[in-house]
Amino acid sequence: MLARLYRAVARTMLVPILAVISALLAGSLIILFAGFNPLVAYAALIDGAFGSFYSISETVLRSIPFIIIGLGVVISFRAKMFNIGGEGQFYAGAIIAAWLGVSLGGLPMLLLIPLILLLSFVGGGVCGFLPGYLRARFGASEIVTTVMMNTIVLQFVSYLVTGPMQEPRRFFPESQEIADTAKLPVIFQGTRLHAGLVLALLLVIVCYIFLFKTVKGYQLRVVGSNSTAANFAGINVRRNIIHAMVLSGGMAGIAGGLEVLGITWKLFQRLSPGYGYSAIAVALLARKHPAGVILTGLLFGSFATGANMMQRSESIPSVLVNVLQAFIIFFIVAYGPFEDYIYGRLGLSDSLKKGEPA
Amino acid sequence: MNVLEARSICKRFGNVQANENISFTLEKGTVRAFLGENGAGKTTLMNILYGLQQADSGEILRDGKITRIPSPKHAIDLGIGMVHQHFMLVPAFTVAENIILGQRHATGFRLKDSDIYPMVDAFLKRHGIMVDPRRKVAHLPVGIQQKVEIVKALFHGAEILILDEPTAVLTPQETTELFRIIRDLQAAGKSVIFISHKLNEVLRISDTITVLRNGRVVGDFATAGSTEESLCEAMIGRKTFSIPKVNLKIGQPVLELRNLSVCSDIEGQTACNSIDLKVHAGEIVGVAGVDGNGQTELVESLAGLRRVEGGSILVNGKEITNLSPRKALLAGLAHVPEDRQAMGLVMDFSLLENCMLRSHQESPIAKNGFMNKQVMVGICEKMIADYRIKSDGYMKPVSSLSGGNQQKVILARELYMDPAAYVIMKPTRGLDVGAIENVHGILLEEKKRGKAILLFSSELEEIFALSDRVAVMFGGTITGLVWPDTPIEVIGALMTGSRTGIFEAVRE
Amino acid sequence: MNFFMTLLQVTLRTTAPLLFAAIGGLFSEKAGVLSIGMEGYMIAGAFTGFVAAFFTNNIYIGILAAALGGLLVSMIYGFLTVRMGGSGAVVGTACVAFSIGATGFFNRVLFGVRDTFSKIVPFQEIRIPILSGLPVIGQILFQHNLLVFLAFLLVPAAFFILYRTTFGLEIRSVGEHPRAADTVGLKVHAYRLCGIMISGILGGIGGGYLSLAHANTFIEMMTAERGYIAFVIIIFGKYHPGGILLAALVFGFAEALQIRLQMQDYDIPYQFLSMLPYVITLVAMIVAGRTVAPNALGLSYNPFRKSLSKGVK
Repeated sequence: MLARLYRAVARTMLVPILAVISALLAGSLIILFAGFNPLVAYAALIDGAFGSFYSISETVLRSIPFIIIGLGVVISFRAKMFNIGGEGQFYAGAIIAAWLGVSLGGLPMLLLIPLILLLSFVGGGVCGFLPGYLRARFGASEIVTTVMMNTIVLQFVSYLVTGPMQEPRRFFPESQEIADTAKLPVIFQGTRLHAGLVLALLLVIVCYIFLFKTVKGYQLRVVGSNSTAANFAGINVRRNIIHAMVLSGGMAGIAGGLEVLGITWKLFQRLSPGYGYSAIAVALLARKHPAGVILTGLLFGSFATGANMMQRSESIPSVLVNVLQAFIIFFIVAYGPFEDYIYGRLGLSDSLKKGEPA
Repeated sequence: MNVLEARSICKRFGNVQANENISFTLEKGTVRAFLGENGAGKTTLMNILYGLQQADSGEILRDGKITRIPSPKHAIDLGIGMVHQHFMLVPAFTVAENIILGQRHATGFRLKDSDIYPMVDAFLKRHGIMVDPRRKVAHLPVGIQQKVEIVKALFHGAEILILDEPTAVLTPQETTELFRIIRDLQAAGKSVIFISHKLNEVLRISDTITVLRNGRVVGDFATAGSTEESLCEAMIGRKTFSIPKVNLKIGQPVLELRNLSVCSDIEGQTACNSIDLKVHAGEIVGVAGVDGNGQTELVESLAGLRRVEGGSILVNGKEITNLSPRKALLAGLAHVPEDRQAMGLVMDFSLLENCMLRSHQESPIAKNGFMNKQVMVGICEKMIADYRIKSDGYMKPVSSLSGGNQQKVILARELYMDPAAYVIMKPTRGLDVGAIENVHGILLEEKKRGKAILLFSSELEEIFALSDRVAVMFGGTITGLVWPDTPIEVIGALMTGSRTGIFEAVRE
Repeated sequence: MNFFMTLLQVTLRTTAPLLFAAIGGLFSEKAGVLSIGMEGYMIAGAFTGFVAAFFTNNIYIGILAAALGGLLVSMIYGFLTVRMGGSGAVVGTACVAFSIGATGFFNRVLFGVRDTFSKIVPFQEIRIPILSGLPVIGQILFQHNLLVFLAFLLVPAAFFILYRTTFGLEIRSVGEHPRAADTVGLKVHAYRLCGIMISGILGGIGGGYLSLAHANTFIEMMTAERGYIAFVIIIFGKYHPGGILLAALVFGFAEALQIRLQMQDYDIPYQFLSMLPYVITLVAMIVAGRTVAPNALGLSYNPFRKSLSKGVK
């Protein structure tokens, strides 16, 4: 029994681990080609992510948006929707947080923060709604519509921080700093790690329960797995697609709100270093499961902090991390067809008999 | 002179031995039939002959020489052509384009209309096939499409033609026409391999018969000396297919279709018109007809998946027209869909989650939006026990079950809701004999319990074996309602619409 | 020349990269493969083209390098989708991320992060003799750099190849009904890879246009989602070269309009003008509706005889 459990867990984690290792190896080739030493580079990466208590706290801090947006992508993936709109949805939530964090600053913190986060969710949800609706109603590819939304929202942010939302002195292209009552409290003294972490972990649990224990989650998964059967079972495919995109966008919106309320305290361009796009890899590496997102989100968080160190101390451009993320996805795909074969070789396979005549 | 010979062909898929030591010979100018049930190994063997798959061991000889067929291109070069059960024609292309596809030597680099159409036209005329080569295949009726497939194989230079279940999609009249073409081909010196599971057709058209069972050759017979009984015995080990009919007292009408008109996918058209039918308690009404005459649309309207334009559907007197699938089920009408893998099951999900597909919103399974796993497991285990569903456990994906067991899951699921009536479509498609018997057994049990069953099938034997009455559909209407002992020619005429309005079996 | 005529002339120039990408993508889609990684091919082409031209001082080598850059990324896409059965959406997104990351990385390694960008001498304007002398249309139509003319010539070329050659028929059959094509002896995977390679080469050249003929330099993300816009153009153009030409012109016009309006100094904040092409893309997706795509588009094909058994979308 325990052996079966071990085998099941090992099966789930094997390909992701292999993919990450392969990606690091392939990445070292790129590093070599550019004239750097991969060992030095990766040492800096690890040191930057885990080298000190502060680094670890930064790594955990950086993983929060990956985890939350990653959860959103998992939800959309379960409905077979491809939400690359995380960027735009993230910014939508950030806009709302930056705006309300100033204008509603008079409210007490215990009321203000949940209110803002709720509305950030709504903001992101609205950004997710449009692509979802266009897909449900017109069959428009959500890949394209979300990418378009990203650009539109980013342009809007640019307009806001140089215009109506710009800070009072009109010096920098950023918004006014939010009121103290809107700022998230820090969990560990001496770090920037804020209470958003608790919310992130809570959302993982909520997401799991939603997907696997509720009627709605079941329906969403059926739609994503076999929409014809969903139809037959009386499940409204269109509505579920839209709901999935709204929930997914809402999660990214919360992440944007947390970024403003917890770290930056203001809105500006380049608030997100590509969280929305990285979240796709986070979700895939987690095998589209909420529990896995914690681990993969942490991994990407460590990439983010580690890359900063890599650039600071070794002058290796931190955008390398994007290449590593892409490699991870490449290898997940590449190893996919060989999964069963690998399990067999390593003695990890199930007792399933495979093989049916054509 | 043997134009084709196979020696000890073996092919294994995982745990299943699809072909085991299969040997046969094909003489020039003859028709050899391969007879066997679903899963007997016929399609695998043909795929090997056509290069779509490779045998694990064994030899193939063409004109006495050992050859290898690693791809369809090689098969074509060897003069072997195949007409698949599901047509391999590109619907968006014209007849000519389909025929010349892959034949570069005939067309060269540039594709000029003025070159290819006269060429294809001449070729068609030479073989006595009257089809306009400029027409798009999508617009052609099925029987004509099949002719195009045959011509395509001939254009590729086929001397040996493999026909895989060619009559599955044909009316009785079209089948006769096909047989005429086969005779013509024989006369022209071509050799034919005819794959089927229909005894009477095999006896009509073939010269020799190879019977396959469970991947092995069970017998090699000359058609002249064979009977349906002897072949049946070879095929399944028994003298006949049928299960003894159960004759019961028929009760009140349970499912009523009144003047039903169902909308079509095409704007402004109806798929079904003026459907009037009553299915009584304890009765099975079988609906015969060639695919594409409105059956799918009718079933969808009954299941709540398609809009009803006019008329009404009643279950036990209660109107369920245009209700959602869930409400239709709750009102007492169950639906077993025609494609279990595409429609009836979520293949990635576990057996447990599939059992709940139709009842996941009802209590006691669902409460306040949450799904109660304990209740689910209890119900699922009961289903597994009651219907003897063979699986590795309810948490395993349903894709690991055999076709027959998958069908049991679907039936058990509908039965759980204890409906008053069933709409069932092609329940035994692709199943082996044992599984077919299981399914028929379940249906007859439900009939005994007083349920009303409306059965749609393209297998006439199945309709005749199970039904108390037979309705025939053509062109979206019911052309006839007759007793099961009606002669096959009459049924065929009703199926093609050449006769309509035979309503001998209306009860009241 | 007045505002309107300049606008039309600029339109042709903004349409050119879109045409390269869309026509390239068309070959991929006709073979049944989604060209969702096009953005990645363009970015790669923009960078490799610029780097090659910068270090060799030869823009023709630059174009060649651009084509190769796009080809390289498309081969990754092709291998992972056609051969390994990966999902087009996933692999495409990863290819775009790869291109962005790799070009950004090497850009900073080679050129550092500076305020001023390294420049190259771009493609020069060519005036076609006689024709460019025509009143009005002469300047609009016949006074462009070489790549622009090439882009528009691609349209009739694509039509000829796809609809008037056997190769075109074969590639289309693979996208419509791959199993049928397989059974007549065509190698489905080979045709699909071919289509992907063409999309990679042309997409790369499209990206090369941006750095070699438009901006004279390389800026990260300079493709600005043009690859996705090209994807929409294919749908909007109903998967036909002629339709694609018209659709591309619409988008090219939107971009040209937005550029000219920004220079005019109206009261509208420039960001809203910049949004214009993307909003139009959204609208186009609605209007395009469900056009007739190649039947097997986006579905992976698994010939019986290969041993890999998974064919997942």
